[in-house]
Amino acid sequence: MTMKLLTTVAALALATAATAEEVRVYNWSDYIDEALLTKFEADTGIKLIYDVFDSNEVLETKLLAGGSGYDIVVPTGSFLQRQIQAGAFQKLDKSKLSNIGNVWDVVSSRTDKYDPGNEYSINYMWGTTGLGVNLAKVKEALGEDAPIDSLALIFDPKNAEKLAACGIHMLDAPDEVIPAALKFLGEDPDSSDAAVIEKVEPLLMGVRPFIQKFNSSEYINALANGDICVAFGWSGDILQARDRAAEANNGVEIAYNAPSEGALMWFDQMAIPVDAPNAEAAHKFLDFILNAENMAAASNYVYYANGNKASQEFLAEDVIGDPAIYPSEKALENLYTKSPYDTKLQRTVTRLWTKVKSGT
Amino acid sequence: MRKFALVSVPYFWLLILFLVPFLIVLKISLSDTALAIPPYTPTLDLAEGWAGIKAFFAGLDFENFTFLTEDPLYWKAYFSSLQIATISTTLALLVGFPIAYGMAQAPDEWRTTLMMLVILPFWTSFLIRVYAWIGILSTEGFLNQFLIWIGVIDTPLIIMNTKIAVYIGIVYTYLPFMILPIYAALEKLDNSLLEAAEDLGCTRTRAFWLLTVPLSRPGIIAGCFLVFIPALGEFVIPSLLGGSETLMIGKILWEEFFNNRDWPVASAVAVVLLAILIIPIILFQRNEQKQREAGK
Repeated sequence: MTMKLLTTVAALALATAATAEEVRVYNWSDYIDEALLTKFEADTGIKLIYDVFDSNEVLETKLLAGGSGYDIVVPTGSFLQRQIQAGAFQKLDKSKLSNIGNVWDVVSSRTDKYDPGNEYSINYMWGTTGLGVNLAKVKEALGEDAPIDSLALIFDPKNAEKLAACGIHMLDAPDEVIPAALKFLGEDPDSSDAAVIEKVEPLLMGVRPFIQKFNSSEYINALANGDICVAFGWSGDILQARDRAAEANNGVEIAYNAPSEGALMWFDQMAIPVDAPNAEAAHKFLDFILNAENMAAASNYVYYANGNKASQEFLAEDVIGDPAIYPSEKALENLYTKSPYDTKLQRTVTRLWTKVKSGT
Repeated sequence: MRKFALVSVPYFWLLILFLVPFLIVLKISLSDTALAIPPYTPTLDLAEGWAGIKAFFAGLDFENFTFLTEDPLYWKAYFSSLQIATISTTLALLVGFPIAYGMAQAPDEWRTTLMMLVILPFWTSFLIRVYAWIGILSTEGFLNQFLIWIGVIDTPLIIMNTKIAVYIGIVYTYLPFMILPIYAALEKLDNSLLEAAEDLGCTRTRAFWLLTVPLSRPGIIAGCFLVFIPALGEFVIPSLLGGSETLMIGKILWEEFFNNRDWPVASAVAVVLLAILIIPIILFQRNEQKQREAGK
């Protein structure tokens, strides 16, 4: 009896291993139209296992530990660059990507900085880091002419103090907040000089008592529910909050603005880990994402711009036509990018960030 | 021989699940960080034979432990964690003891049900229960809405993202670990002792302090350990319910590991945390044993 049971179990295990081809994707939370996942499975017959994270650091630690088990991961440009150096990815086989011609040179010329020749990655989405505000509450606190498109809204203690009561959230991502603080101070946001970076400490320490939380995912709900009035976060997340509030019809009106001082432009890149169990299926997934209509569906859903030129004709008017998502040529000039910190500078940055967050 | 085999089982368990992982962490804490997979050096290369082993040991040093003493952040975080764990354990004892006492006093036929009720929350995921507290404690949450509705307060209480929320979270989560051992001790308590005390003219309150509390001492100690130890290294509760000021060693560990990608320093933090826990516990148990021997 036991023997029979064992053989049955073994046969079942073998059967599933043999028939079900799987691809494991590790992407940011709230970052895809889930209908696309079902569509991929229907189109290719490959079982898709979709898993999410909310910080580059978590992804990086999994990659560097080795054996993450994922076939596709989506790090941000500056992290991707460092992970390429650590040998975490395999080069893409572009002969397997029939839709590779769809990429938009405006984006690929910029991601070239992180991934020279775009050999290891394709762009999934890109966006800016800026200010999400609850219009009514901010105007109530600061008056009609509240600087909702300026970093002064959060970095000027006079404003931050008045907004503290209704709540400010800030990304728990020092590599996004510190460049913004440097920009506010008129320094180079991409500085790799520890002495320059340390200049932001007094600025951030001055406003930290007024910041309710440093977190990189909770602000979508908090903004939409009216629990907070300002979030320094990612463009599409804030636009998602705007739409959730509109759908809930709860009287909360959210607006996103890229800071007029200049905004960080970031790129989330899809890449295949060097030890991916199913690189073949991973290429199929990338090709699926590179398809113009699929990519457009994803952008229409998450309100982020993508790096796919051909997808633009399928984009909804409130996506392609919204300058908060697709900035004008002129606004693009006001955006900056950032390089990764080296190990020693990273420690300085993290230490500074811990000090800002905990006061110690 | 058979006796030896029986005794060796728990030791083998300890070896596999405690000593080996500890030695791995200790080894990483003596290494240096590197941009590679895995992100530290040296790694043991047995293919190089004896030279490889020598190079491996030559690459180890105590630099990371010295580093921990140079920055006040670390001892402040240890201290703050100890403080939060101590306060939470005390609160859990204050809440848990009366519950356990009530359960032990309840009629026999109720006890199984009461016990079930204590264990019942474990049937839902720990994470969901902590998330539920966000819904209760947040500014627009149930608690504030209720208190405003009944007119106790006008402006919402700020509990979410403070240390108070962390205490609530820890006490709530670990309360069953406090109740169950105390209940087990109280249940075994011989009621005839209390009757005898009363016969001899002892008041009920005095009998409680002179008999019930000392006799339930092993349960209280076990309960306190079961709450204190996980609370000290707690990461999930402070990161979900606590604010930016809640400094805890679990969070520092996370930052070392994830933000700095510095596994060696993270491991050093973990080794020190273990030392902080293990050394007092060993001393305490020695002391207990001595007392027991003296009592004989």
